[in-house]
Amino acid sequence: MSLVKRGTVYGTLLNFRGELDALGPKMNEAPYKAPPQAPVLYVKPANTWTENGGAIALPAHVAEVEIGATVAMVMKSAREVAGYVLMNDVCIPHESLFRPPVRFNCLDGFLGIGDRIRLRNEAGDPAVFKLEVRVNGELKQTVRFSQLLRPADRLLADVGEFMTLAEGDMLMLGCDVGRPRVRAGDRVEIKMPALGTLTNTFVAEAA
Amino acid sequence: MKRARVIHQGMLHNATERDGQLLLEDGQRVWQDQVTWLPPLASVDRPRTILALGLNYADHAKELAFKAPDEPLVFLKGERALNGHRQTTRRPADVQFMHYECELAVVIGRKAKKVRRDDAYDFVAGYTVANDYAIRDYLENWYRPNLRVKNRDGATPLGPWLVDRADIADPMALALRTTVNGKPTQQGNTKDMIFDIPWLIEYFSGFMTLSPGDLILTGTPDGVVDCKAGDVVVTEIEGIGALMNTIAS
Repeated sequence: MSLVKRGTVYGTLLNFRGELDALGPKMNEAPYKAPPQAPVLYVKPANTWTENGGAIALPAHVAEVEIGATVAMVMKSAREVAGYVLMNDVCIPHESLFRPPVRFNCLDGFLGIGDRIRLRNEAGDPAVFKLEVRVNGELKQTVRFSQLLRPADRLLADVGEFMTLAEGDMLMLGCDVGRPRVRAGDRVEIKMPALGTLTNTFVAEAA
Repeated sequence: MKRARVIHQGMLHNATERDGQLLLEDGQRVWQDQVTWLPPLASVDRPRTILALGLNYADHAKELAFKAPDEPLVFLKGERALNGHRQTTRRPADVQFMHYECELAVVIGRKAKKVRRDDAYDFVAGYTVANDYAIRDYLENWYRPNLRVKNRDGATPLGPWLVDRADIADPMALALRTTVNGKPTQQGNTKDMIFDIPWLIEYFSGFMTLSPGDLILTGTPDGVVDCKAGDVVVTEIEGIGALMNTIAS
């Protein structure tokens, strides 16, 4: 299945139990002061998009980046999911979650997008999705979507409470902790049987 | 030139301002209240990037009890947040504090990557007015301001006009003003921005490529107040235009 037009791509922060566990008591301390109530979203703008097989360039000042392996819902309409696609949501490692991390998150090419959108009724229940992340062929992370705080349907409903997704928009389910770090020269494969494999290589940006 | 995009009798038109009226492409002249206004932006192949600044006026930063930032506070929003001139924006029933934010919006005209600030204006197509409403009740300290506050459907009116860059001699010296039901509530001047337009274009294009039609909403000065359903909010910038919005329940 392919899309007529790719819409806005949204990511979801803190939707894996492991992310909350890692923060622990910090969630109640300054500057956060309380655990999040509503879904915490961010935008991956069009300049970040890299197709499957494409190279992702790291600027000279960036030694390594984090891989955010996840699955996105591809919307058919505001409340209906057309299908699912693999995503490689790349960021420069950073500590604080207080401000939107635009300068860590929105660099050119910093979102690998799978080329296979699997229809909702063929993909199965997202709660049993499991993907594997390999760096240069070596297994580095297994992501189990049974560990989501808000399962896909619930996330969609809670997001829909404050904004409307459009046909072609994509909403990522979240990135678990244990994100592999990679450098220029590394090859990253994100694989899930139902959705295929998303492969991106990392290269040093041309001077 | 002042350019608009409007729907007149079911047809989408590009239009220009002529003696207070709209001159449509087919030569018709119509009054401004005879059309439905859209954001004054050409459609783009990929979703436009909408960058919005927070705390970019020293006085507003003070009002919000934060120290002035040493790097910009920026967030992104999706296209469905945008709305046209003379439309309505919804105020949820259960909230205590919904405020406007009058902002100079910069529309990018050319692909911009690693632009130096001395060249920055070459990459600007023009300017318009944004009203970047916020619902403060929903603020949380995770990626603040979070999208529930800032990315609500139709809660970022834009317009009425896209004013060509060449028509604005100095965008860093424009008076801004907001009225609510005709009463002035917010006044400022773009000269008081902490990070000015050339600085912002150099900063953003240093790590992300900006494309034609992308937007930078440059932040708002002091003077935001709560607005209720039925209030008519006019955000106005000298030489750019007066953007009207009505709050709906």
